[in-house]
Amino acid sequence: MVTVAGNSKCIRIEPVTRVEGHGKVSILLDERGQVRQARLHIVEFRGFERFIQGRPYWEIPVIVQRLCGICPVSHHLAAAKAMDRIVGGEKLTPTAEKVRRLMHYGQMLQSHALHFFHLCSPDLLFGFDADPAIRNVIGVANKHRDLAVQGVMLRKYGQECIRITAGKKIHGTGAIPGGVNKNVSIEERDFLLKDFEQIRTWGRAALKLAKDYTLAHLDQLKDFGSFDSNHLSIVRGDGALDLYDGNLRAVDATGRKIFDQVDNQKYLEYVAEEVRPWSYMKFPFIRSLGPQQGWYRVGPLARLNTCDFIDTPEAEAARREFMALTQNKPNNITMAYHWARMIELLHSIEVIGKLLHDRDLQGTDLVVKGKRRSEAVGIVEAPRGTLFHHYRINENDQVAMANLIVSTTNNNEPMNRAVQRVCQEYLSGQQITEGLLNRVEVAIRAYDPCLSCATHALGQMPLVVELLDPQGRLLDRKSRP
Amino acid sequence: MAAVGARKTLLIGYGNPGRRDDGLGPALAASFEALRLPGLTVEIDYQLSVEHAALAAEHDVVVFADAAASGPEPFSFRAVEPKGECGFSTHSVSPAGVLALAHELFGGACRGYVLGVRGYDFGEFGEGLSSPARANLAAAVEFLKAGFREGRVDVGIQPDAALAGSAAHFGEDS
Repeated sequence: MVTVAGNSKCIRIEPVTRVEGHGKVSILLDERGQVRQARLHIVEFRGFERFIQGRPYWEIPVIVQRLCGICPVSHHLAAAKAMDRIVGGEKLTPTAEKVRRLMHYGQMLQSHALHFFHLCSPDLLFGFDADPAIRNVIGVANKHRDLAVQGVMLRKYGQECIRITAGKKIHGTGAIPGGVNKNVSIEERDFLLKDFEQIRTWGRAALKLAKDYTLAHLDQLKDFGSFDSNHLSIVRGDGALDLYDGNLRAVDATGRKIFDQVDNQKYLEYVAEEVRPWSYMKFPFIRSLGPQQGWYRVGPLARLNTCDFIDTPEAEAARREFMALTQNKPNNITMAYHWARMIELLHSIEVIGKLLHDRDLQGTDLVVKGKRRSEAVGIVEAPRGTLFHHYRINENDQVAMANLIVSTTNNNEPMNRAVQRVCQEYLSGQQITEGLLNRVEVAIRAYDPCLSCATHALGQMPLVVELLDPQGRLLDRKSRP
Repeated sequence: MAAVGARKTLLIGYGNPGRRDDGLGPALAASFEALRLPGLTVEIDYQLSVEHAALAAEHDVVVFADAAASGPEPFSFRAVEPKGECGFSTHSVSPAGVLALAHELFGGACRGYVLGVRGYDFGEFGEGLSSPARANLAAAVEFLKAGFREGRVDVGIQPDAALAGSAAHFGEDS
């Protein structure tokens, strides 16, 4: 829809397809018809933190899965890690930690597979300008059947890892404060081992596809929605990529460390959230740099930029190749997210394989407890990026305070910048072409946002249309429930 | 309860029980999970996704049970055809999309039905169904039980409204 009022024209594109939930993009033109401002609007409800207040702490790892049907395991584990500290059980038994890691890397595998094969691959296989009628997963199924099947089966395998370690999909109870409630039996292990080699073969092929595509189209991709940025993630004590546990590290666009090995419990000393009047979603930033300079990216691209190495051989070789593209400096190419995501997919498969051969999975020492605490933070690297869970528990064992910063919120500013870059480059005249619409979607999809999760959306979000003049004055506003 | 039938039937109940009446689909599926009917596979999830296509392809009939935010009370029941041109716009997949992928990718020939149980409270985080939604759920469960018992659902015959004892709506995929 294009609305014209006075000297400014505000164009809105909605909804953004193939991301979870709904988003709204507004493009504000100046008097000359140039893009003055482009924004991704996301409606955020903060109801979930209130919803869990008063609930006993041991229920939280189960309840938080209700936040998001896309990545319930990430919330399950982030909450469980916080509750580990509440019961003084943060030093898990080897069996508990490895069962949780199998669950987490299974989640990473299924999520990355879904995104790459069924949300992103239509863009890559058919091109940004392809007819949306074929630029979808059915189009992939018709033209590249084997690829579509592989995507389904990779995701299914990850889901099986989750089923075995967490129980029911909708009510996973695997992780409990201080440990896990079951180990992995020999039969369950053998069930997963049966298809492992096929899964690894497909993982290698997916990585090759993403790498080859990126390198073959580098001229087209390197500036697409790209910009220099800071990057943030957790890393292991020795600097290795670790998606389940570690300390916080942030680097700038050149690779300089802004902070390193920061204890998760102190995240609030390093990260803050800015509220902007035009957005319901907060904008996290690094405190020492302030909101203007301190915003950062999270997720696969950021994680490859922050870590020093990967501790599985094939993913490490792929990481070296990836980093060589930018002379071992951080890669700030937005579309390189897809390549980075497939490196993580193969890494996840390698980790799963290693865990399946570890007899600790069959151990029986499942839970530890120690000195009770009243406040704790749990952080994991979710598929889309760093996920923060912070709780205070009162003397009656009830949640008194909860603060969650989800991955997509961490990427709020970068997604806005990507949209702005694409609009500035591809908007021509005063009409939204199919090409522009496609490219806006492609730029947002690179981050694999989960708007339902990030917004705590309650069913369908209200759609709001605002028309602003060059001075930012509201000229018109329309909404529907 | 008699066997569901010689044909293999899959019941997928989906939705988020943490969003009040959005949990109608999982609640309905849980009722049948407890019955352990021969020939009936029950799956419960937050939402439909691509891997459900592989499971659907192993069955002759798939019933998708979901909450309906609008439409007939106490529930609607309609056949759904494979359709792939849209419905893949989010991380989740539509019933028509699951069927299309089941057919295209896995050689399935399953027929599909959507059972939409009318809900009312989707506005807040919270567990537990609203009172009227619980009543609708009970009607839908009885309807589906009768359908399975009499072999109506798995042979694709549209049940009549009297079966549900209410003004349930039955129709074809639009």
